[in-house]
Amino acid sequence: MSEAPAIAVRGLTKRFGGRTVVDHVDLIVQPGRICGFLGPNGSGKTTTLRMICGLIIPDEGEGEVLGLNLRSRRNAIKGQIGYMTQKFGLFGDLTIRENLQFIGRVYGLDRLESRVDAALEKLGLASRADQMAGKLSGGWKQRLALAAAVLHEPRILLLDEPTAGVDPQARRDFWDQIHGLARDGMTVLVSTHYMDEAERCHEIAYIAYGVMLARGTTAEVIAASGLHALQGEGPGADRLAAEIEGRPGVAMAAPFGTTLHVCGLDPEALREAVRPWDDRVRWHETAPTLEDVFINLMRTAEDNSVISA
Amino acid sequence: MNNAAKISRFAMTVARIRAMIFKEIRQAIRDPGTVAMMFIMPIMQLMIFGYAINSDPRHLPLAIEANDNSEYTRSITAALTNTGYFRVHKIVSDYGEGDRLIKDGEVQFVVTIPPDFSRDLVRGKRPQLLVTADASDPAATGPALGAIGDAINSALRHDLIGPMASRTASQSPVDLVIHKSYNPEGITSHNTVPGLLAIILSMTMVMQTAMSVTREVEQGTMENLLATPLRPVEVMVGKIVPYLIMGAVQMTVVLLFSSFVFHVPFTGSLPLLVGVTLLFIAVSLALGFTFSTIAGNQLFAMQLSFFYMLPSILLSGFAFPFRGMPRWAQLLAECLPTTHYIRLVRGIMLKGWDISMAAPQAGVLTVMLLVLVFIAVRRYQDTIA
Repeated sequence: MSEAPAIAVRGLTKRFGGRTVVDHVDLIVQPGRICGFLGPNGSGKTTTLRMICGLIIPDEGEGEVLGLNLRSRRNAIKGQIGYMTQKFGLFGDLTIRENLQFIGRVYGLDRLESRVDAALEKLGLASRADQMAGKLSGGWKQRLALAAAVLHEPRILLLDEPTAGVDPQARRDFWDQIHGLARDGMTVLVSTHYMDEAERCHEIAYIAYGVMLARGTTAEVIAASGLHALQGEGPGADRLAAEIEGRPGVAMAAPFGTTLHVCGLDPEALREAVRPWDDRVRWHETAPTLEDVFINLMRTAEDNSVISA
Repeated sequence: MNNAAKISRFAMTVARIRAMIFKEIRQAIRDPGTVAMMFIMPIMQLMIFGYAINSDPRHLPLAIEANDNSEYTRSITAALTNTGYFRVHKIVSDYGEGDRLIKDGEVQFVVTIPPDFSRDLVRGKRPQLLVTADASDPAATGPALGAIGDAINSALRHDLIGPMASRTASQSPVDLVIHKSYNPEGITSHNTVPGLLAIILSMTMVMQTAMSVTREVEQGTMENLLATPLRPVEVMVGKIVPYLIMGAVQMTVVLLFSSFVFHVPFTGSLPLLVGVTLLFIAVSLALGFTFSTIAGNQLFAMQLSFFYMLPSILLSGFAFPFRGMPRWAQLLAECLPTTHYIRLVRGIMLKGWDISMAAPQAGVLTVMLLVLVFIAVRRYQDTIA
């Protein structure tokens, strides 16, 4: 790709009181791409996002955001980034319109009123513009927060678990909007816990215990994991998870409805491990899911962190 | 329902309530504000009410302006000291020096011994003896003034013996003239209303700012604000300026009421009062801002403000005479901005202080402002990083 990356950071590290929250994270996102940022709770996703948007200064590491140095040009970076915080960050005691006006003024936007009107129209909130933001339901709050984050037409959009607690329809609408923004050239870095959302991203990055563990498109990440999966169907298959998980060659086993999903690194060993139940369960090969990969990564990382601690 | 079932239902209720009590205690112990409230608040109140406050103040500073350097000066000094109400702070001989001391607030009383006092006394001409009191706080001067006449009379009777004893026989040997300065009628509101300006301002200014930053942090809006091009210092200034305006409005309201409802005399300069008031508002805002950087939540910020308000009301000289307090309480009060501001308001409104007389107290407030702004900015940067 000829264009310079929108986000390029190397060795980002942040410690809080001796605890390393983010440990030498490298991340490159090309312009116009949607990068999903995944990882268990407390893995350092929010801290990484906050370092990229200039809210906190990394203890170590370097990087450029839109070609601007992460350390020396924090204020210039802030003007070109839209950041949607995990917690609703707008003012509950201001109306929807007043919130947008305030954000617009802070960014020093011209044609403020027409921009606000356009944003309200696009949101479908024009008729409720004078309602207090605090009275909105979760889904509407999230829409408003997104509208506020993109009001100044940033080149990069950072979203911290934007769809937590939002219903499926609102989530789908939200992702349609995100893809629309990316089509127009916006670069999006979005943290999430939802696997279906990860699959909607152009590429994903997986971080656990502050360390970047996997990087690439969904297919690349699954292929790189080296996992193989079997699906078992038969009476009581879903109840075998605990029994099978302890067997050699099995990385994990989890019930999915009435079926059982087992994974392991070695396909031969995996097949051997489930053979004792062949009389009642029919096994067939299936593709490992992103969830399999991430849970396996997390467990491996957990083991490592326990050993190193 | 049988008894066994009733008992077991009751036992379940007790168990649930017990779980609730344990949870509450555990939470309370983890909240520094609550623990401080529990221990420090009662101790503070006990110390202040038990030891610091004295509505019958003693050892009030007094100056004797002796225009007639006679032996009677010494006996008057001794007699006044013996009442316990007075402490002779200075004996001066320059005419008018006593007035200056009382206006400055260095002493509360001046006894002026006129020229030819001893000659007139010996001749039985009942010379005048002028007692000037700073009566701006009637509570502080009342009891002392009651004691002054008897003390002087008995001292002089003691001195006037032998042939001069007849001078004391029928009536008082001197003509005691008592002059209550600044609040001659002893109207309490003349003292309280200017003081209230200080209390109202510190209450709203400190509490409002203490809450304002904490509220943003608590509700998660601070992170959003700081992710925009808004600089931290811009957020700080933007939060403070509206309160500055609010303080100016409060000052206007209090002054209008003071003048038109309570008829408190206003002898000094209004621009000077406005100037020192803006200074005091700035100090209060800086203090509130410092509190908000210390407190992690709005409740704690509120508690911190209360801890500040209590001594401000009780020790600053607003509610009880400053001179009635023991040394340690006075020292503590000197650290409170309210104490200095109350002196300024009373000085300017009641005693007509000009800029040079206001300068020492205003200087203290300025130093406080600089220190607080330094702390507030430092702590604020830590909070957001």
